Amino acid sequence: MHPITEVHYLALSAALLLIGTIGVLTRRNIVIILMSIELILNAVNINLVAFSHVFGQVNGQIFAIFVIVDAVAEAAVGLGILIALFRNKETVLADEIDLLKW
Amino acid sequence: MLIDTVFFYLFALLTLGGAILTITRRNAVHSAISLIVSLLGVAGLYLLQHAEFLFAVQIVLYVGGIMVLFLFVIMLVNLDQMAKERQFNRQWMVALAAVVAVGVEIGYFFYRGQDSFKLSEMVPPAPTMGNTEMLADVLFRDYLLPFEIASILLLVAVVGSVVMAKKRI
Repeated sequence: MHPITEVHYLALSAALLLIGTIGVLTRRNIVIILMSIELILNAVNINLVAFSHVFGQVNGQIFAIFVIVDAVAEAAVGLGILIALFRNKETVLADEIDLLKW
Repeated sequence: MLIDTVFFYLFALLTLGGAILTITRRNAVHSAISLIVSLLGVAGLYLLQHAEFLFAVQIVLYVGGIMVLFLFVIMLVNLDQMAKERQFNRQWMVALAAVVAVGVEIGYFFYRGQDSFKLSEMVPPAPTMGNTEMLADVLFRDYLLPFEIASILLLVAVVGSVVMAKKRI
């Protein structure tokens, strides 16, 4: 059995990124779209931590912390927008929100 | 070495299985629970790579903070009738084709570039102090300005989410 190298982590990260992208592009429910964005950001973090481990420095982990901060801010603002939207339109389905559609 | 391999595949299975369940479940609460499983798998992967501080942050912040926020919002917007509707939008075939194209591209990159992934043969210097200590040193010395900018970003996000969720301003 091969030892685990960073290529394994990169492949796992790519798979997680693709699963998250499928979720963002195909689901109708906005809550699940936001969850898929969290999956994508986690894929990025796996990548950063893997390279940080390979090079023996902690700079990648610092960037992972900044990505987590961004994920927190994005989730808070996104869920706030979702609540405001649900109060006005009574729906959380992404393709029924077509105010800007001509 | 063998135990590392076993744990890697275990955590990878948790991560990918949880992710697939997250984007396929009909009920949003089930999706949230699957996402928690997936995030715990990612936390285990951090631990395997000796990123102990990120392991703790992942569990405390993601599983303890963000997921509680998600579950709270799911309870707030009544999703019972949404679970009965169509779950995927009309462009799902186009989206799936695009994602498969990107996946093939990434796989091709891995296949063609596998010679450049000889990085693990470089032996990283042995850490002289704990992971959290090293992180704190670098974060508060080299990355002090980005750290402050991140705190301003969080402040803006707090104000913005309060404004968004308020009934009338």
